[in-house]
Amino acid sequence: MAKVPVQFTLNGEERAEFVESGATLLKALREKIGDMSVKGGCHQGTCGSCSVLIDGELRLSCLTLAEMCDGTSIETTAGLAKEGVLHPLQRAFNEGFATQCGFCTPGMLMAARALLDRNPAPTRDDVVEALAGNICRCTGYEPIIQAVLAAARANSVNAA
Amino acid sequence: MALTLQSFPTAEAAGAALAADGASRYLGGGTLVVRQANEGDVSFSRYVRASDPALAEILVSEREATLGAAVTMGRILADPRLACLAEAAHAVGGPAIRNMATIGGNLYASAPYGDLGVALLALDATVEIGGETIPLADFLREREASHARSVLTRIRFALPEDGALRFIKVSRIRPKGVSVVTIAAHLVLKDGVIESARIAYGGMADRPIRAPAVEAALAGRPRTAEGIRAALAVATEGTAPITDAIASAWYRTQVLPVHLGRLLLA
Repeated sequence: MAKVPVQFTLNGEERAEFVESGATLLKALREKIGDMSVKGGCHQGTCGSCSVLIDGELRLSCLTLAEMCDGTSIETTAGLAKEGVLHPLQRAFNEGFATQCGFCTPGMLMAARALLDRNPAPTRDDVVEALAGNICRCTGYEPIIQAVLAAARANSVNAA
Repeated sequence: MALTLQSFPTAEAAGAALAADGASRYLGGGTLVVRQANEGDVSFSRYVRASDPALAEILVSEREATLGAAVTMGRILADPRLACLAEAAHAVGGPAIRNMATIGGNLYASAPYGDLGVALLALDATVEIGGETIPLADFLREREASHARSVLTRIRFALPEDGALRFIKVSRIRPKGVSVVTIAAHLVLKDGVIESARIAYGGMADRPIRAPAVEAALAGRPRTAEGIRAALAVATEGTAPITDAIASAWYRTQVLPVHLGRLLLA
């Protein structure tokens, strides 16, 4: 199968890979690069488990072709913690028991991250709206919403 | 199965490639076509796309908007000049989908998807495809027969007066749920009387459709419960609702007049 060269930044690190033409970013991240933080759920754009940030925008890696990410900056949950210190969102998810089986968590974290990047002080409705594309089949939505709100509050305390 | 992507600098070149290869599909935002590939659709083996940045342009004059087919729902929402379409663009998917899904793709979506197309149909938009400009209603009717192997490049519509376009997407889950019915109504009002109306439905056929019987029954009538009664009586005329996991055709037929009435009187 034809391979195509792709260069992008993954969690701040330069990457140059040969990917199969037509392969999704999800497949390239997991099977080629080994970033297992990105989860493949429905592969239909319904569940949000594969959510990543591409140039700061929330996107679904299962519906994005890897070769179309040439020259972009990609962020995944694997890049959230810095030098062993959890991101405020990860800390809030951990402390608020916002993960049950954990499969949806990376997608939830990236959707929440996209929200807080644009809106550091969201309302509950803003959070519900931002997570609308992410499904949790443990149905633990309430602790997730609370964790995002808690992370936002913690951020504002740190910034003050 | 091996799938490949081929990019072309212009829509014309991509259109020629689509026309020449029956096993190719045009790739916009990927939310329909890559999804089909992921689901195991083996009827195509090649994605074709055009990389021309003009396809993502938004041009708004005092009276008219021209949107490139690659403009996403997210970009519509971010543009205050396109406030008339905000509700419909917001009705599409969740935040990630809206950052990917394009207007062009939305017009090829099968029911129950294609909510933005319902609003554009009520705005009497035109589309530019294969170098020709045609009414959106004609495009939708003939899209599989005549337009499956062409590249849709632009959508154009006259900007409505403030508040003239009403839109509702009825779904069972909020904030993101698949449409039971979607209704868009463009009303020209004068002293409480509906001078003219354009009504479009989603979910009431396999693609967005206009409701000419309703439009005729509304013209010249006051926008009151009594005034719209005759229009509601013919609300389902000419419809052929879909049956899916969300609702049966029977259910859609029963609830359509209720939601149409609420939308018109809101």
